[in-house]
Amino acid sequence: MHTVLLLADAPPQTLPARSMMAFTLASHIILVPLGVALPLITLIMHGHGLRRNDPTALLLARRWSAVMAVQFAIGVVTGTVLSFEFGLLWPGMMGRWGDVFGIGFGVEAWAFFLEAVLIAVYLYGWRRLPARTHFLLGLPLPLAALLGAFGILAANSWMNTPRGFSLDRAGHPVDVKIWKAIFTPMFGPQYWHFVVAMLVTAGYVVAGVYAVGWLRGRRDRYHRLGFTVPFTLAAVFTPVQFVLGDSIARQVFHKQPVKFAAMEIVWKTDTHQPEYLFGRLHPNGSISGGIRIPQLDSILAGFRPDTKVTGLTSVSAADRPTATQATIAHWAFDTMVGIGSVLVLLALWYAALWVLRRRLPASPWFFRCAAVAGVASVVAVECGWITTEVGRQPWIVYQNMRVADAVTATRPTSLWIMLGLIVLVYVLVFGSFLVVLLRMRSRWRLADRTDAPRPPQEPPETDTPYGPRSAGSRL
Amino acid sequence: MIAGVIAVVLLLAVAAYACGGGTDYGAGFWDLTAGGAERGRRPRWLIDHAMEPVWEVNNVWLIFVLVIMWTGFPVLFQRVFTTMWLPLALAAVGIVLRGAGFALRRPARRLSGRRLYGAVFAVSSLLTPFFLGAAAGGVASGRVTSAATASTDAWANPTSLLFGLLAVAATAVLGAVFLAADARRFAAPDLHGYFRRRALGALAVLAVLAVITLVVTHGDAPHVWHGLTHGVGLFFVVVAALCTLATAWLLTRSSGALSRVPAVGVVASAVIAWGMAQRPYLVPTSLTVAEGAGAHTTLRWLGLVSLVAVVLVVPAVALLYWLDTHGELEGLTDADLRPGGAGEES
Repeated sequence: MHTVLLLADAPPQTLPARSMMAFTLASHIILVPLGVALPLITLIMHGHGLRRNDPTALLLARRWSAVMAVQFAIGVVTGTVLSFEFGLLWPGMMGRWGDVFGIGFGVEAWAFFLEAVLIAVYLYGWRRLPARTHFLLGLPLPLAALLGAFGILAANSWMNTPRGFSLDRAGHPVDVKIWKAIFTPMFGPQYWHFVVAMLVTAGYVVAGVYAVGWLRGRRDRYHRLGFTVPFTLAAVFTPVQFVLGDSIARQVFHKQPVKFAAMEIVWKTDTHQPEYLFGRLHPNGSISGGIRIPQLDSILAGFRPDTKVTGLTSVSAADRPTATQATIAHWAFDTMVGIGSVLVLLALWYAALWVLRRRLPASPWFFRCAAVAGVASVVAVECGWITTEVGRQPWIVYQNMRVADAVTATRPTSLWIMLGLIVLVYVLVFGSFLVVLLRMRSRWRLADRTDAPRPPQEPPETDTPYGPRSAGSRL
Repeated sequence: MIAGVIAVVLLLAVAAYACGGGTDYGAGFWDLTAGGAERGRRPRWLIDHAMEPVWEVNNVWLIFVLVIMWTGFPVLFQRVFTTMWLPLALAAVGIVLRGAGFALRRPARRLSGRRLYGAVFAVSSLLTPFFLGAAAGGVASGRVTSAATASTDAWANPTSLLFGLLAVAATAVLGAVFLAADARRFAAPDLHGYFRRRALGALAVLAVLAVITLVVTHGDAPHVWHGLTHGVGLFFVVVAALCTLATAWLLTRSSGALSRVPAVGVVASAVIAWGMAQRPYLVPTSLTVAEGAGAHTTLRWLGLVSLVAVVLVVPAVALLYWLDTHGELEGLTDADLRPGGAGEES
């Protein structure tokens, strides 16, 4: 009875606030893989072009950096919105815990500074800087991106396994230990899982574009190179990600048992737990639908069928995800693992042909799969994020603060209006982003047709990067 | 002690954002007032080229401000975002529209597309600094208290409105001064005069607004008024006034390239004067720096993080500005993105 009351007490701001956070984060996450890993992929291509003196590789690198310019700009603003939302939506969390876990963001802020500087130099350095200097100034870019991810992941993993403080009598955090607050138990697993996810996703997304071109019969060197470099990078890291993913799931099993129970919809603590592929958990603990594999969950968690897996009922209803939330986390988790497994098969297909025959697979089905792999890995990233955030419910700071206690006191109506406004703005921005990318693609395709008439070159456009500079070209 | 140091870091970060971000917003302001597609073509061309490489870096200062606020002064962060909900939410929306509008305008080829993105960019360049300034005014006039909820009064009051207008005027001054210098860099003498005149006009408006603000704060924000007219606060007010005169003098001279330095001085010393006038409060008379400070350990680490930032970021930013002002940075053109159009020596 008490727990029912508690649930009913969730303030009406919670739903719009969570929807807004979920919407803005889900949108931002689409840009993150490109932000973190596209510079690396571009630099690999760029380095290749410089070393072999390969104009095709350099053209690809330049075109990718033109995409990076737009993508980074939009990523910066959607990221800024997220930092505003910490205050606009969750002032309770920031007011109480800001000084405990905020330092990670401090690292992130200056890493981001470096990234913004380096990316500006890289994007706008093509024309005037000497080729070598330009490339060398771009090289620290992936490191800055990794450092930025470090800060964000430190904060998020702290929310999952908060450490580095003790509570005074009033329940306020005191005696903050920064080192412990940054390197929490979930930090390592989350960080590497995230970084590799970004590499894999960006690789498949970029390769996917050229896979489509390949399927449409454009089989020149340009498409071959544009496909091979990012796809190889992604394929190499896919099995790595599979191992890391397995390890992070086991970490969750040890460090956040209730979250693990939600991800695997385990109701009662027991040994010999079956694994459910999908399926739906009901509030009374029964499960409908899905495929049941006996014993497997226990085996996966602890390598033995008699491994005891904690169930959702081990804590009171107010301290665990609801049946619906658990089902959402479970579906997201299964989808992510499913996509990951298929991607491993794809990577093996590619590797096998490369090792045995030293060539790309010829089957159109391979390229169809490769074209879908980009979208699929973005879906997997979204699912991974849903798993970690929904699985943590009802906690915003695991076992220390509920989402309902952190939410803003602003009128729910204002929040709903703001959500509507944000959705509208984001649809416009992301829609325009897509249109701009498609337009760039068609322009480039037109330019690639050798029989097409060359558009007249206007004075500001005659100067070429890494070439002789003409005098008076400032205008 | 350490809380005071971090408060100074926060203030300097705010000043840096006011100058860096402010110059960008100012460019947007002049984009808005540049007139129709034909008449505004050349000023807009200059704005696009001058802003392009640096605007994202200028924006990062804001993230730095927010991070220092929630890590160093979590209570202040909570109160500001609770009371100033609406202006800050609108500022956030403005930041998205502005960034996206600017980023999407350049690759857009059709006039209608450029018009739409340009209008979005320009209008939000005006609204965003206004709302950020209004929120700052709410802090200065002590309306950000633990008891206050998000109400119109918190930001729709004389001090807030004036701070908002001051912010817009300051961005207009910075934008025009920098664009006037950029016009010389891009060898466009006509635009040099064009932006110099606008810089002088905006400077005059800024000075008038500043005097009105001083009068209004006397009644509406007495603590800050006292701080601005005594001691260190007064010193920075005088510096700001001298910088204003210096900017005006340099702008009226034919070259006017040096005017960027005192123009940044005007805005930076005005922000610092405000911060000094607030001492020892984060929010005048209800929250002192000591009361609002986070855990001691965190503040020490935050100091270290800021130090690392200074060591790493300052040279990087300096390099970027140096490359930018020496004409080493330039966007890729369509010709560069064509096969055979670039990258091949033959």
